[in-house]
Amino acid sequence: MIKNLKSSLILTVILILMFGVIYPLGIYTIGLVFPSNSVGSPIVKDDKIIGFENIGQSFTDDKYFWGRPSAVGYNAASTGGSNKGPSNPDYLAEVQARIDTFLVHNPGVKKEEIPSELVTASGSGIDPNISPNSAYIQVKRIAAVRNIPEAQIKALVDQSIENTVMGMTVINVLKLNLKLDELK
Amino acid sequence: MEYFYSAIIILVTILLAVPLGRYISKVFKGEKTFLDFFEPIEKLIFKVSGINPLAEMDWKQNLKALLTINLVWFVWIMFVLLTQTWHPFWNPDNILSMEPTQAFNTAVSFVTNTNLQHYSGETGASYFSQLLALVFLQFVSAGTGIASLALLYKGLANRSTRKLGNFYYQMVRACTRILLPLSIMLAVILLLNQTPMTFKGSETVVTLQGDTVNVARGPVAAMVAIKQLGTNGGGFFGPNSTHPFENPNGITNAAENSAILLIPIAMVFALGYYLDRKKLAYLIIAVMTAGYLMLLIPTILQETGGNPVITEMGITQPQGSMEGKEARFGPVLSALWSISTTVTSNGSVNSMHDSFTALSGTFQMLGMQLNAFYGGVGVGFINMFIFMIIAVFISGLMVGRTPEFLGKKIEVREVKIAILVALLHPLLILGGTALASHTWMITENPGEVLKWLNNPGFHGFSEMLYEFTSAAANNGSGFEGLSDNTSFWNISTGIVMLLGRYIPIIGPIMIAGSLSQKKYIPESSGTLKMDSPMFGIMLFSVILIVGALLFIPALVLGPISEYLTILR
Repeated sequence: MIKNLKSSLILTVILILMFGVIYPLGIYTIGLVFPSNSVGSPIVKDDKIIGFENIGQSFTDDKYFWGRPSAVGYNAASTGGSNKGPSNPDYLAEVQARIDTFLVHNPGVKKEEIPSELVTASGSGIDPNISPNSAYIQVKRIAAVRNIPEAQIKALVDQSIENTVMGMTVINVLKLNLKLDELK
Repeated sequence: MEYFYSAIIILVTILLAVPLGRYISKVFKGEKTFLDFFEPIEKLIFKVSGINPLAEMDWKQNLKALLTINLVWFVWIMFVLLTQTWHPFWNPDNILSMEPTQAFNTAVSFVTNTNLQHYSGETGASYFSQLLALVFLQFVSAGTGIASLALLYKGLANRSTRKLGNFYYQMVRACTRILLPLSIMLAVILLLNQTPMTFKGSETVVTLQGDTVNVARGPVAAMVAIKQLGTNGGGFFGPNSTHPFENPNGITNAAENSAILLIPIAMVFALGYYLDRKKLAYLIIAVMTAGYLMLLIPTILQETGGNPVITEMGITQPQGSMEGKEARFGPVLSALWSISTTVTSNGSVNSMHDSFTALSGTFQMLGMQLNAFYGGVGVGFINMFIFMIIAVFISGLMVGRTPEFLGKKIEVREVKIAILVALLHPLLILGGTALASHTWMITENPGEVLKWLNNPGFHGFSEMLYEFTSAAANNGSGFEGLSDNTSFWNISTGIVMLLGRYIPIIGPIMIAGSLSQKKYIPESSGTLKMDSPMFGIMLFSVILIVGALLFIPALVLGPISEYLTILR
């Protein structure tokens, strides 16, 4: 028993060093080959980090494309979903409110045209993407607010569609909005 | 397209598992492999520790070694989590020490390969804890499961001897020869696809719209790789692989989903090579895959069908149910992951299970309640082994012959242990849920006082049932709406995890010990052929009858009732 314990203690120390220190440092060293990826792929503008490619930001302004609703208000320091069940009355009221808000801000859009992902919260609360349909449906609003021809914005959306492998076809909302700001 | 992707993920994983299984069988037997350059390191490790890796031990000595070192690990992780405030380095965000019951729960959940995570990674654990305690345990707890299976295989192969091999030897080599090389490969795939691996702290960003946001990050890639391969499931961030840093795109999603299933499936092929009974291995894989698809297909149908209540509001859901899911994965890939992670006792998620449509919760919970369709690394096949013993026993009774398991007589002792282990699982799940429901019912105004449940009605009950199911199956996923960081949940699920981990390891190793010393009886015309389709059907029925039937009443009270309520 004592011998078991002593061996266990020494073996544990060695294994902590191997898998808790050397392994992560090894992966860290490999990561240095991809300097941008390994720090989270920041987007730098005027020497300042204005966001990360894969971390969604909150867009509520009419002049920007909106992303998915978020249960944590796009707080990237404490992420998560709503964890609301499909029959929860509070949750359903929230969805209804999102539908109403969307219809008010996007006159001319019919309720059945709203993609469900624009009225349901994402799992991470910082979903960086929306589907192309969710972007197209907002083109009219943005064109009106920005006074830019619809066709030009639609073309921008077309260019932003990412051809992903093994995943859904999506648009990165932050990158799209950055391009939108450059238009004028 | 997503259906095609799903099929690709499953097929490629099974194809990769064949050579990996052959390799694992060689590692178990100590035969030459192409990774033998590790050998000097391993020799040194054993020498310094004063362990003779070639000294074979019987089942008792092996279990003593296993339990002793697991206890040492538990003490270490408790110490690390309770002292986070004073961590000397790798704590750039100044995370504070954990509260004691939360530390207890976290320590148990990582030692038992569960990773229930009643804390949230970005706010509750320092980088020091994440690496030196959590990642370390993700390796060695998986190594413990794999080593247990190596002892079991030895017992099945043995003829009239007590020696099952050496636990330390198998555990260390499971880590260095199986988990480490695969983790490095997966971590590189993740790095290539923008998963971060940094020791820098969180970054304050002023967004395009002018909000100030703190973005948490850290040494993510190293942890995500081993959490998937070792069926641990404990992620770096709260929402696990739903978080875009842990799982940035379709490629990482496919790689991680495949990694969840890979080693559990390879373990069965390893049995085929180890005992030279490939037909038996194929049969078990077929039974497991049938069970997996039986849970997967209805879940996909449910999720693509969308939430009927939202349809009623006038929203069309051509994509399906999107609450709690990420746009880059969508319902099909989320459903695929949710069943992969629940059948394998992995517990990582790429979408929020609490927000799946009502009936899907049934299939996720059944995956954990049966816990043998692929199952955890090592322990998955061990659970299947228990069902096989019971199936052999029942078949024996049907034809009136002494049951035999691969040429060894199955007698009273083995059947008793098997039945006890099989019944423990429902006892822990149903007993725990009953205790929680009772506490909820006798508390006045529980919604204000206990504040556990995030959803009313049937779904609230499902949250409690899911939590105990996940703890007993050492899974670690959750209906995360449950406010589980309270002393009640920390302590109760902690105890359930301990019982649900060690008894299903101790029991089968005892059986292996007793089978090991028995004489081998050559097959005759009256022997039950274990690799025949007939036995496959028998095994599948036993799993459904012994495993599932006990849980149906509880499932009816939870997800099934919710489904019927909102059915239109």
